[in-house]
Amino acid sequence: MSVSAIAGSDLRDFLHGLPGVDRVGAEARAAMLASRSIKTTAKQWAIDMAISMIDLTTLEGQDTPGKVRALCAKAKQPDPADPTAPKVAAVCVYPDLAQVAATELKGSGIHVASVATSFPSGRASMEVKLADVKSAVAAGADEVDMVIDRGAFLAGNYDLVFSEIVEVKQACGPADQGGAHLKVILETGELLTYDNVRRASWLAMLAGADFIKTSTGKVSPAATLPVTMVMLEAVRDYREAHGRQVGVKPAGGIRTSKDAIRYLVLVNETAGEDWLDPAWFRLGASSLLNDLLMQRTKLATGRYSGPDYFTLD
Amino acid sequence: MAKFEYTPAPESRSIVSIADSYGLFIDGKFSDTVDGRMFKTISPASEEVLAEVTDAGPADVDRAVTAARKAYEHTWAGLPPAHRSKYLFRIARLVQEKARELAVLESLDNGKPIRESRDVDIPLVAAHFFYYAGWADKLEYTGFGPAPKPLGVAGQVIPWNFPLLMLAWKIAPALACGNTVVLKPAETTPLTALAFAEICQQADLPPGVVNIVTGAGETGRALVEHPGIDKVAFTGSTEVGKQIARACARNGRRHTLELGGKAANIVFEDAAIDQAVEGIVNGIFFNQGHVCCAGSRLLVQESVERTVMESLRRRMGTLRLGDPLDKNTDVGAINSAAQLAKIRELADIGETEGASRWSPPCELPAKGFWFPPTIFTGVSQAHRIAREEIFGPVLSVLTFRTPAEAIEKANNTPYGLSAGVWTEKGSLILWMASRLRAGVVWANTFNRFDPASPFGGYKESGYGREGGRHGLEAYLDV
Repeated sequence: MSVSAIAGSDLRDFLHGLPGVDRVGAEARAAMLASRSIKTTAKQWAIDMAISMIDLTTLEGQDTPGKVRALCAKAKQPDPADPTAPKVAAVCVYPDLAQVAATELKGSGIHVASVATSFPSGRASMEVKLADVKSAVAAGADEVDMVIDRGAFLAGNYDLVFSEIVEVKQACGPADQGGAHLKVILETGELLTYDNVRRASWLAMLAGADFIKTSTGKVSPAATLPVTMVMLEAVRDYREAHGRQVGVKPAGGIRTSKDAIRYLVLVNETAGEDWLDPAWFRLGASSLLNDLLMQRTKLATGRYSGPDYFTLD
Repeated sequence: MAKFEYTPAPESRSIVSIADSYGLFIDGKFSDTVDGRMFKTISPASEEVLAEVTDAGPADVDRAVTAARKAYEHTWAGLPPAHRSKYLFRIARLVQEKARELAVLESLDNGKPIRESRDVDIPLVAAHFFYYAGWADKLEYTGFGPAPKPLGVAGQVIPWNFPLLMLAWKIAPALACGNTVVLKPAETTPLTALAFAEICQQADLPPGVVNIVTGAGETGRALVEHPGIDKVAFTGSTEVGKQIARACARNGRRHTLELGGKAANIVFEDAAIDQAVEGIVNGIFFNQGHVCCAGSRLLVQESVERTVMESLRRRMGTLRLGDPLDKNTDVGAINSAAQLAKIRELADIGETEGASRWSPPCELPAKGFWFPPTIFTGVSQAHRIAREEIFGPVLSVLTFRTPAEAIEKANNTPYGLSAGVWTEKGSLILWMASRLRAGVVWANTFNRFDPASPFGGYKESGYGREGGRHGLEAYLDV
């Protein structure tokens, strides 16, 4: 199925032809997986994997270049007391601060992610959205986190959502010439049903998303285990049908190591271990990092140290 | 090697103390056998001997029935109903307090994963006692007359697949209605029933109200044929159920039977496929398939057969088989060597008859009784594996084209305990449910239990209902 073949009136038929998601069953399965007991060496591995998957995020009106610089320093060296702690995957900021992050992270191997397309509501004209994307990319963002038009999606205007993603993808630049990676935020807290989450996931993947992401973090509920599970099923099925692997990023509300490890179990037993890699799975979070570091130190030393022993940035 | 290896996370055994040897619980205390002998109960996961228990003889059974009769006539039946409630509530709370201990003991003796004994068996045990505690002083509102009376002494024989849960299904409604009981647990899983006897002591339950006699088939026979019994309740194999029905028919004794099954789990093309696959897995691999209502026949609509089977195989690849006490184990040990031999025999017959057998790559522990999760495809109604209850982790896959054909195949069995229907179309669920001859029809779920919901079979799956208001009828003189 090529993109052009699916666009148009077929798109709606295709999305509505996807198997439904039974809410009760999906939530029961996610809850069962959340009861997995991950201890000792497995926990050690999972904590380091989770740290290396973090998109360390600051998306506040009060953000300043100073704040972003501090966050970048933290991203490169999460635990000054323990240089074996891995660095995070990316730093995620608003477009106007992408340049600060790009400068700070140059040569570190850490990606610069910028939200765009009038994040978080996405309520702007297409010209404005595309300008937003282009400015982020020009400022040095190599990952763009766009929001979909949830209003259009809920109104059944799938073509509009589809074409916006295609246009944004183009604005990110050609993939083979170092164009930015596109993460498509579904804002699942506004889509409300798992059927919608599955449809939106497929729509985004068909339109060219490199990643599908749950939430902006500005709407409650943000990421949940069952929502992420449905998205992991979607990327798994999509790869089987189309041969292209798409990443998943739950974002918002993931605060503790326990939460993060549950997401890794979910990845492992839903999409499979191919996704247990920062290239294919990310955790959008900020305060999570310090909890992971605290647990990491506890595993290494056998003692908990207070929050003052971990840097706040 | 897998990227993400889960380190073994075993639940601690130290929480439970098992005695070296157990007597019989008669008249409120443990006593040695009069005419029986001792036998050993082992952990099916390791073949390690857990304890020595009593194989009660006829004289022991007689002592137990006499104690139950005395308690019925002198204390229990005459107690104000609210007091019976009080004891049942007390038992329910004690079960909750000892939940971890009971879960570990159940997994040790039975071989089932701790996740299931912890999250399913024991919580349901407590729920059953809470539920029937509530009925004890409201029997005039059950619809069985203005003042329904108890029957007397109930002789109860339970199986090894859900040892403590089946005990709860039997004892809770019996006691709520004012009966006293003599219960015989299965010979391979007596330990939680004996732990329950201790709970009865701690709850200060009057002596003789609950009596536990351990033993094998002969003990069970002595119990159900004892002239001092007013009612027999049995859960187990259809073969033994028929013997009990004959014995009870001779003397006109009331009895209820909950026997085997060969349930159809029916997946329509418009089902939520991922959840249906979970339901198939839960239907047949839950408790190693040692479930009378297991969804052992998958009926899948031909138009989605490939998708469902691919998805099912992939999902089966993630099942974790091994140490029942490991909190991450999904599939535990087969309960006994005899059961393992029976499963192997039927699986071999399946292959001989021409069905194709498949199991995910799965390493079986060296010691203990194990059988990998297995599916047979290309099965037809004429195959023995589509007709006989295997009582193990073996799924027979059949296909259908139309709802009418699904009904025809689902009902074409001597059993009728349960069925599952998977479709997003509500009207089809109702159409199917009204035509399926099965005591329980699950819609978009499987193996879900609740004390408020009656459970029981059609045809060779038995008669009588357990659970809910209906479950009281079996213990009332109505």
